[in-house]
Amino acid sequence: MQPLGYGNLSAARLDATFAALADPTRRAILARLASGEASVRELAEPFTMSQAAISKHLKVLERAGLISHGRDAQRRPRKLEAAPLAEANEWLERYRQFWEETYGRLDLLLDEMKQTAKPRTSGRRATAKRKGRRER
Amino acid sequence: MTTTKAGGALQITTPSDREVRITRGFDAPRQLVWDAYTRPELLKRWLGAMPGWSWAVCEMDVRPGGRYRWVWSGPEGAELALGGEYKEVVPIERLVTTEKWDQAWYPGEAVGTVELTERNGRTTLVTTLRYESKAARDVVLQSPATEGMGAGFNVLDALLASIATA
Repeated sequence: MQPLGYGNLSAARLDATFAALADPTRRAILARLASGEASVRELAEPFTMSQAAISKHLKVLERAGLISHGRDAQRRPRKLEAAPLAEANEWLERYRQFWEETYGRLDLLLDEMKQTAKPRTSGRRATAKRKGRRER
Repeated sequence: MTTTKAGGALQITTPSDREVRITRGFDAPRQLVWDAYTRPELLKRWLGAMPGWSWAVCEMDVRPGGRYRWVWSGPEGAELALGGEYKEVVPIERLVTTEKWDQAWYPGEAVGTVELTERNGRTTLVTTLRYESKAARDVVLQSPATEGMGAGFNVLDALLASIATA
């Protein structure tokens, strides 16, 4: 199910975003950049990884549009770009929303069904319920 | 991003690269949930009841090997239709169906498994949709995934939370 409602988002871009988010190191880098821009050296510090390895991760993040680098030619500080994350979040929200709405309607129906169910089922003992079911 | 309704939080995961799984609790015994899934007059009340759309055909022969056919009419003559076969029917526990859309918005046929468990009068409904290929699944998710989608929602939730508190 779920045929409707999200033709507008760029699949390729979301692909890149989710691929970039797949890695815990890259998520940690993004979380770090959320508190302000940082150089490659600063970003590498908390990890037991070479700056070269960190640079590879940064390239993936950059290609996904999740980060950019500043003008300072020496430091080349990286900073977080919020738009792709917001877009990914929007997509997730839509898929979730479809099911929330669908199941919300099912909640209402079930409430109604419970009201009209036979009073017998109001006894909550498991054995009683099982017995009740067999009689159906 | 987690919404708590009367029934419980909705969870969406991708257990394998061909599947999407949707889990949700309901504040009702599973017999009622089962009925809502398998009786056309009840199913029509909640499934696909999108604004602007109405049911045109709802035929279902709920037994192993039986078929179903669902058609909705939408704005300006638009139509959405799907059908398939009931592969497994284990009353109040498990329903396995194939699913193919006339409009073929994803390649091939999907297999949907609905599993119901009950505890203290509450039902947990687990729906697993398995697609023909990863590519088909990814069309559905509109997110060509890679491994990353695996943790999907949780990853993004956690990341957004950490960014919000940073």
